[in-house]
Amino acid sequence: MTEPSLITACRSMLGRDLVLAMRRRADVLTTLIFFLIVVSLFPLGVGPEIDTLREIAPGVIWVAALLASMLSLGRLFSDDYQDGTLEQILLLPHPLAIIVLNKVVAHWLVSGLPLVIFSPLLGMQLGLNAESIGILMVTLVLGTPVLSLIGSVGAALTVGLRGGGVLVSLLVLPLYIPVLIFGAGAVESAAAGLGIEAHLSLLGAFLAMALVLTPWATAAALRISLD
Amino acid sequence: MALQNSIIWLYFSSPKNFYPLAGKLIPIFALLAVVLTAIGLYLGFFVAPSDYQQGDSYRIIFIHVPAAWMSMFIYIVMAMYAFVGLVWNIKMSEMMASALAPTGAMFAFIALWTGALWGKPTWGAYWVWDARLTSELILLFLYIGFMSLESAIDDPRRASRASALIAVVGVVNVPIIYFSVKWWNTLHQGASVSPTMAPKMAATMVQSMMIMVFAFWMYAIAVVLMRARNIILEREKQTTWVQELVANKK
Repeated sequence: MTEPSLITACRSMLGRDLVLAMRRRADVLTTLIFFLIVVSLFPLGVGPEIDTLREIAPGVIWVAALLASMLSLGRLFSDDYQDGTLEQILLLPHPLAIIVLNKVVAHWLVSGLPLVIFSPLLGMQLGLNAESIGILMVTLVLGTPVLSLIGSVGAALTVGLRGGGVLVSLLVLPLYIPVLIFGAGAVESAAAGLGIEAHLSLLGAFLAMALVLTPWATAAALRISLD
Repeated sequence: MALQNSIIWLYFSSPKNFYPLAGKLIPIFALLAVVLTAIGLYLGFFVAPSDYQQGDSYRIIFIHVPAAWMSMFIYIVMAMYAFVGLVWNIKMSEMMASALAPTGAMFAFIALWTGALWGKPTWGAYWVWDARLTSELILLFLYIGFMSLESAIDDPRRASRASALIAVVGVVNVPIIYFSVKWWNTLHQGASVSPTMAPKMAATMVQSMMIMVFAFWMYAIAVVLMRARNIILEREKQTTWVQELVANKK
């Protein structure tokens, strides 16, 4: 029997993860609801003064996106680990890094993209104008995949461990910091009338680097965790 | 000749052979550490002149700067050991990476703490979000992440390999983080105080600081070798040589 090609394997991996996510829509939606709730907490904590909120809005939305991304990482490998599918994935004749990349893409489509789509709503809640919201969405589109990719390394290292969720945050949040700085920085920079090309270029660079390097690291991490 | 040299290196990559070597080296480095610390602190606290701006409160620099440099240097050494251990599957290398982490974390903490103590009299604030302070804080988090990952995994082999991977991923990120934080800080420059010492330090100040750097380096080597010996005993406890060692000690 001829083995399936790499493209077929990728497509099936991606399709499978998307179908499974759709079947457990609650898991997916809780990440989004968390995002909405966290952002809504800030005005309650800081006060309803709209000028203050507008000033802290990019940072708040970005931090909330970071936390929501991080919380959703638990879903990436743990279900497959528990029913033994992850071991079978490791045994595939195809490069593990590419298979893993497809899993992370499916994860982003289901956890990261909703954050991007709902960010205008939160931007309006915190008093951002249309231009800022637009830039915020662009930074989130560039940044949330990086969060999923870097997070996948942390998720792979902690697969099957007790206390996994908090441990992943400890590992992964320091690595998220550059994305946070440039993501929130771009929106603030635009509000101050300065250019945003540098910020967006760097976010794009992070995305390119993460796409190339992290699947490899995640694959190595999975082999460490499972062998 | 080259083959003989490589065999000598490989000889000490076995925990059984490294253990007595480390045992012999520890007293040497410990002695050097004590001597150099005594000299460095004496020169720094009593011989070096008072700073014309800061008076005597600057003297904490003789602990603060060496600690900061060591914390960064140790992270890089740790990442190198982690990389070697992961790629060539050398147990001793992974054990050395694990042995280095607590010392590095301690130096990072000392750098932050002494920095805060220095900041109060000079800038009026215990903490500012300066690029270097923030990067050092993140470095401390990276160390803590390494140590918590290792302690969270029961199987020692998996634990050291997983933490080795996070160390390597972290070291790739350290320049990125530093650069990002520096950018962030220059964009948000609020405080008007400059946290750097006057660039031209008196010769005695520089010399005392360098002596303290070496002192901390010697201390780090001594302490890391001690910790490495403990780690060897823990991880190799089922081997005959360890059991004989423990039996003979009793």
